[in-house]
Amino acid sequence: MVRCFLIHTVCPVSALSAGESRLLFSRVFGPDEGVLTEQHRGLGPEERRVLRREKTAVVARQVRSAVSLSREASGRPPVEAVPGEEALALQEAGSGAVRLRAGDPFPEEMSALWLAVQSLGFTLVCEPHENLPLAEGTLRNLTRHCLEHLHMLGPGSEVLLRSDRVDALLSRLLPHGQLLFLNHRFAQSLEKEVAAYMAK
Amino acid sequence: MYSHGSESLIKQARDIQEAELKKFYRRLAKLLQGKELGHEAMDSLQRLHLILSATKFTRTLPAELQKGLLPLLSSPVEQLQLLSSAVLRETLPLSGEELNYTQEDVLQLNSHTAALLLSQAGSRADLSSLCAQLLRSLESRQSDGPTHSLMQTLPILNTIITHSPECLTEDHLTLLSKKIVDWLRYASITQGGGASSGGFFTGPRSRQPVPTAELDGTVSGDFFTVLCVGQGFTDDQWMNVYSFSMLRHWLLTYHSVPSGSTIADAASPANRPQLSFSLSHSHSFSNDDRSEVDGSVVSMVSATSSSSRLLPPKERLREKAFQYCLRLIEQSDRKALKRTDTELQKACLVEAVCILDCVCVEDTSLVYRTFPCVKALFGRLSSDLTFARVLLPIAQFYLNHGEMAAVDCESVWKLVFGRFPAELFNSPFLAHELLRFLRLNLESLQLRVPEYTRSFPNLLKFLAWDSPAVVDDFVDLLPSLVTAETAVELLHTMLDLPCLSATLLLQLRSTCSPISEPGGRGLLSLDAFRSASLRGLFLYLLRTEAGSGDTIDRLSTLHELLAEAADWPRVVQCAQTVPVLLHIFFSAVVMIADEKLSAHLILVMLERSSLLLNIPTYIKEIHRVFSCHLLRLCKLRPSLVVDQSHELLEFAGTTANVYSKDEIYTHVVWALGEYLSVSSDSRCSVRLITSCFEALEAVLFEITSSAPPPGAACPVPRVITTLMSALAKLASRSHDLIPRVSLFLSKLRTVTRGGSVAWCTDEEDLVAIVMRGEELWSLLKTPGVAQSVLTPPPHVTTPQWHRDTNLSMPLQLRTLTSLTHTQ
Repeated sequence: MVRCFLIHTVCPVSALSAGESRLLFSRVFGPDEGVLTEQHRGLGPEERRVLRREKTAVVARQVRSAVSLSREASGRPPVEAVPGEEALALQEAGSGAVRLRAGDPFPEEMSALWLAVQSLGFTLVCEPHENLPLAEGTLRNLTRHCLEHLHMLGPGSEVLLRSDRVDALLSRLLPHGQLLFLNHRFAQSLEKEVAAYMAK
Repeated sequence: MYSHGSESLIKQARDIQEAELKKFYRRLAKLLQGKELGHEAMDSLQRLHLILSATKFTRTLPAELQKGLLPLLSSPVEQLQLLSSAVLRETLPLSGEELNYTQEDVLQLNSHTAALLLSQAGSRADLSSLCAQLLRSLESRQSDGPTHSLMQTLPILNTIITHSPECLTEDHLTLLSKKIVDWLRYASITQGGGASSGGFFTGPRSRQPVPTAELDGTVSGDFFTVLCVGQGFTDDQWMNVYSFSMLRHWLLTYHSVPSGSTIADAASPANRPQLSFSLSHSHSFSNDDRSEVDGSVVSMVSATSSSSRLLPPKERLREKAFQYCLRLIEQSDRKALKRTDTELQKACLVEAVCILDCVCVEDTSLVYRTFPCVKALFGRLSSDLTFARVLLPIAQFYLNHGEMAAVDCESVWKLVFGRFPAELFNSPFLAHELLRFLRLNLESLQLRVPEYTRSFPNLLKFLAWDSPAVVDDFVDLLPSLVTAETAVELLHTMLDLPCLSATLLLQLRSTCSPISEPGGRGLLSLDAFRSASLRGLFLYLLRTEAGSGDTIDRLSTLHELLAEAADWPRVVQCAQTVPVLLHIFFSAVVMIADEKLSAHLILVMLERSSLLLNIPTYIKEIHRVFSCHLLRLCKLRPSLVVDQSHELLEFAGTTANVYSKDEIYTHVVWALGEYLSVSSDSRCSVRLITSCFEALEAVLFEITSSAPPPGAACPVPRVITTLMSALAKLASRSHDLIPRVSLFLSKLRTVTRGGSVAWCTDEEDLVAIVMRGEELWSLLKTPGVAQSVLTPPPHVTTPQWHRDTNLSMPLQLRTLTSLTHTQ
C-alpha cells in the first residue's frame, strides 16, 4: 500500500527556514494508524490529525534534503522547462528513494520514492514489501498528469486551488493507495475518465 | 513553478481572521442550500479546502455547514463528492453525526465517501463493520450493479487489512478467496466494450466476441491476466487487475503461516472429515463459482496442475496464484509494442517472482515445480543489466529455496555482488533495493554466501557514489562486513572512499567524453586515469573483491593525482560520511580483534594519519576518530603499548607531528605515559621507559625553546601539558628520571615568569601550562606518592567494589533497600 502522496517544495522558500518544505498537496490513504496502535490510543481525533500532518512534514523535509544533496552532487544546472514541455521536464527530473527508518516517522520502515521537477517534489511513501518498480512507474505517471492538468510548469497556483483534480487522479490511478498493474489499454481507459473530469 | 502567488495564497489561508472565516462559512452554508450548485459553490468549496488544509491545527466547521456538506457525498456530480469528502477529511466530525456505518446504503458507497469513512474510522470495530458491509454488498451484488463500487472494494479492503487484518472473519476470508480465484483465473477471455471483429458493414447481429490479445499483438491463448489487452474490458477483467494488484499483500497477510498439508493430503480420506465443511463450499454450484465451467480454451499452465477443485479455498487460491505467476513469466518474454508495457512487464516479473517465493515458503512442495521456471528466467535475464531490478527478487528466491532444491547459486551471487555494484552503482533505485535486500537477509547471507564479506570493495561503491542516500543502510550493514581477515583492508578502503568517489566519477567521464578535450582544459586526474602507467592505481580502487592486498604502495601518488577532486561535490559528500562509518567500524572490530589485529590497526592508524586525500575538514575529522579509537584499543589491551612501543615512540619522537597531527599526537603521548609500565605488561624494562622518556623530553625541549617553524601555528597547549604529564608518569616509575623532569619544570617556571614566550601566545593557556607544571613538580618531590598517584595499581583504576570487604556491605544494603522500597 502507498501510505501517502505528497507534492511539496524542494527549493528554498523565503517564509520558511533553510531545510523546511512547504506542502502543497498531501493525501494520506487509509485509516489513521494511530487509532489502532496502543501508543496513540489516548489521542483524540484532533491530536491525531496534527500527528498525521507532522509526519507528512517530516517526510517532506527528508525528501527536500535528499533532493538538494542529490542536485548538489550531480552538479548539473537545473533545466527550466516551460508550459508545454512537460515531457522534457519529466525526463530531466531527478529521482531517488529515501529510506525512512522505523519510527521516523512511521511505525514501520518505509521507502519514500521521489521525483523532483524544478522547484517541486512529488513523493510516494510505500511500504517496504511494495513493488518499487511499479511504484516508480506510477509516480512518474501521476507526476506527468499533475504537471499537465494543473499547468504546474507555469506560474499559476492551480495545485492549491484545484486540488480536487489531484484527488480525482488519485482515485483512478492509485485508489485508496493501491498500486495497479495497468497495461497501456487499462491506463488509457482510466486516463480518459480523468480527462473527462478535468474538462468540467 | 512555485511562485509568490502560491506562497501568498497559503499565507492568506493560514492567517484568515475569525470574523471573515465565519462570514465565509455562513455564505457557503447558504450556497449549499440551493438546488443547483454552480461555479461559485465549487470555488467556495475549493477555498474552504485550502483554508482547512493550510494549517496543521484543525478548524471545526459550524454544524450548519457540516450538515450541508454531508448530502454532497452522495451527489451525482463527482466533483461535489470529491470536494465534500476532501473538506470533511480535514475537519472533525460533529459528535453524534459521524457517518453511520450501518445505515449508509453501501451499494451507493462511492470511492470518495469510502475514503472519508476510512479516515474517520475511530476503532477496529468501525473498520470491521465497514468490511462486513463491503462483503455483504459483494455477495449480493446484482450483475448489473454499478461497476465503480465493485472495483474499489478490493483497494478499500486492502488498506483495511494493512492496518487491521483481523477485521476479516473466517467466512469473509473464504468468500474473498473464492472470488479472487474466480477473478484471477476465470475472467472472461473476450474483449469487452462491444468490440467486434467484423468490418465496416458488419451490423450488431454479426458481432462476434473478439479474444483478448497479448502485448505483442498475438491472440491470447490462455487465461486473462494484467498483461492482456483489448479494445474495452469487462467487469471481471477489471477485477482481474485489482485482484492481482493486491494478491501479494493478501498472501503475505493471510498465508504467511506455512501449511503442513500438501495437495495429496487435502484429498486423502483421513483429512476429509475436517475438510468436509470447506469442501462443501468449494463444490457449490452457484453462479459465482465458475470453476466448473473451464471454458473451451485449454490453458497450458493449468493443464499441468492437479485436480485443484478438491482443495479448500485457501489452498486453491495459492494454486491459482501460482499458475497466474507462471503465466505472467511466460508472457513477459514477449516483445511488447509499447514502451510503458515493457516497464509493466518488468514490474510483473518482480511481482510474480515475489509471489512465487511467498507461495513456496507457505508450501515447500511447490519449490520443485517452481525452480525450473525461476532458473530459466534467471538464465534469460542475467546478461541484461536493464533487468537488474527483476533479478533481485530472483536472488531472494534462490536464497530462500536454493538450498532446499540443491541448486547452485554461485552465478546469482556473482551478479548481485559483482556486476551490479560495479556497473550500476549510480542507479539510485537499484542501490536502494539491493542494500535493502542485504539488510533483510543479513543473517542468511553471512551464513550461506561467503562472497558477501569479501565483496565490500564493490558494495562500498554505492556509498562512494551517493553517500547521503545510502549511508543509513551502511550504518546497518557495515558491522557485518567486518571480519578478522579483512578488517585491515576494509579500514584502508574506507579511508580512501573519497578517492573511490573521484575514481568512479572519472570512470564515468572517461566513457562519456572524447579522448582529448578541445581547448586543452582537460583534467589532470582524467589524463592520469587514462594513462597506462598510472591506471593500475585506479584499478586497485575499482577492484571488485577483497583479498588482493590491504592497500597499494603508491598511495601518496594517487592522492596527488586526485588532488583536484577535493572540491568535487560528490567527493566532499562522501568524505563527510566516512568519520561516522569509521566509528561503526571500530566498534565492530573491537569485538573480534585479537592482540595481533589490534596492533596492526594501531599501526595502520599511525601510518594513514599522514596519508589521506587532502580535503580540508576531512583530515581533521579522521584524526579525531583515530585518536578516540587508538585510546580505546590501548585501554582494552594495555600491553599493546609496550608491544608497539617502537612504532609509537617513532611517532611521538617526531616533532613535526606536534604541529600537523596534534590530536593524534596528544593521544599517543598520553597512551605512552599511561600504559608504558610494568603493571600493563611485565616486559616493560627500565631501558624502555628511559628511551621513551628521552624521546618525549627531546620533543618537549624543542617545542618550548623556540618559536614554531615557519608556517606552523603555536603548539596546542594540551600537547605540552600531556607531554609534561607523560614525562612525570614515566619518571614516577623510574625514579632516577625524576631530577631531570623537576629541572625542566622549574626552568619552565623561570622562563615564563619573564613574560610572554614565542611558543605560546595566549596568556591564559600559559598560566594553565605553568600551573600544571607546578603541580607535577610538587608531586614529584615525594616519589612514593607520585608513584601511587601517577601509576595507580590496577585495583584502584578498575575498582570492583563488591569484592572489597569494606565497601561491599554498604553497597549490598543499598541494593536491598532499593529493591524492597516501593516507590
